[in-house]
Amino acid sequence: MKKLIVPILCILGAIGFVASVYLVFFNAPLEYAIDKDTGRLVGTSLFFNQKIYFFHVPHAILLFVAVFVAGISSIMYLWKHDLAWDDIAAGTVDISVAFGAAVLATGSIWAKAAWDVWWQWEPRLTMSLLLWLILVGYALVRKFAGPSADRVAAGMAIFGMVGVPFIYTMVGHDSHPASGLNGVVATQGAAMRPAFWMSFATFTCWFTALVITRVQGTRAEREVRELRERALDLGVIE
Amino acid sequence: MLRHALRIAWKDLRIEVRSKEIFMTVAFFGALLVVIYSFAFQDKSAIRAAVPGMLWVALAFTGTISLGRAFDRERENDTMRALLLAPVPRLSVFIGKAIAMGLLNLGVAVIIVPLLALWLNAPLFAYPLELAGIVIAGSFGIAIVGSVFAATLLKARSRDVLLPVVLYPILLPLFVAGTKCTAALVAVNPDLDIAHYWMDFVGIYDAAFLVLSLWVFESLVIE
Repeated sequence: MKKLIVPILCILGAIGFVASVYLVFFNAPLEYAIDKDTGRLVGTSLFFNQKIYFFHVPHAILLFVAVFVAGISSIMYLWKHDLAWDDIAAGTVDISVAFGAAVLATGSIWAKAAWDVWWQWEPRLTMSLLLWLILVGYALVRKFAGPSADRVAAGMAIFGMVGVPFIYTMVGHDSHPASGLNGVVATQGAAMRPAFWMSFATFTCWFTALVITRVQGTRAEREVRELRERALDLGVIE
Repeated sequence: MLRHALRIAWKDLRIEVRSKEIFMTVAFFGALLVVIYSFAFQDKSAIRAAVPGMLWVALAFTGTISLGRAFDRERENDTMRALLLAPVPRLSVFIGKAIAMGLLNLGVAVIIVPLLALWLNAPLFAYPLELAGIVIAGSFGIAIVGSVFAATLLKARSRDVLLPVVLYPILLPLFVAGTKCTAALVAVNPDLDIAHYWMDFVGIYDAAFLVLSLWVFESLVIE
């Protein structure tokens, strides 16, 4: 069963990807608004560009989740001293650095379409950037800190997670489409719902499959390193 | 526990008072930063908008440099191990370090702030009490989070560059809050409500990270 999880998630993701592309481009409506002067429906400034929402938001949610996964596994690592938890944190961060880059890129494209600038220092985009910076810092520490990398990185993940409410308060509220219970996801039109949730499920499958693979990779790397050290100690290899 | 902590802080400060190594070099570095600012920002009419950022960038830079150097001192003589082995709670070591670093940061800030006001003609002393409050809260915030990571990074490779890489993403809310508070104080129409809001923010930030540091310090710094 354990060996089957990744292939199953990949197959689900592949089917889901085709389905969500279909739903996003052929099923979900284009962005219209009622023109104030004529009272007729017209395409907004977003119009077709609104489609990026279906890719941007799932990635952003997964980035947010990843910060907490990394933080909680780091707490477990410091508590239980079990390197398996450390592998989970490291693997999750590796993948979410890529997902975070996707969030920033799609957010940037959205900003160009909606506000006509490539980068707007608006709250949610700033928050994604700051979370992403924590994850990039974590990945750098892991790579370059040498012997005590695991503890420094674990500390960084925990401090980063605790910092989330501060970042959230700090960035305030602004022009970004709202999130939360009254936000765009909860209140989106019925016609957009299938496309959104299909795309969300697809990227969650994809993300989980990548994370599991990466965690296995991290664990294998560590085991090889430990074996090598043991062999060096025993004098089997030079 | 607090008594031991104060003793450790006193030890660090006494070394510093006798050698003045970190304070002199870092304060001079801070002064150089102000000189660079005054050449980099030619438009002196926009100084009110620029000076909060200058102050907090200077505090961030000098803070990481003195943290790195202070913990290097423990590493060079391998006295960190001795400190951790000492028959006092490890938390005392952390609290003592954080107090000493906070006071050192504050000492450097005492040099930087008047220099900014003097050379850049910035109206920083319009509300001296509020400014002192936010600078003290900021200095100790940097010292609290910084002491945890400087101690953890003690044996790490390339720790000099990794310290800011680790610290700045975590400290960013503090820097932004400090900048916004200072901006509200030096604005043409100072807004004390906003300044107090951000002072509370930094106060809560310090408290939260102090508690968190007390929790994780022992498991992070194990030598």
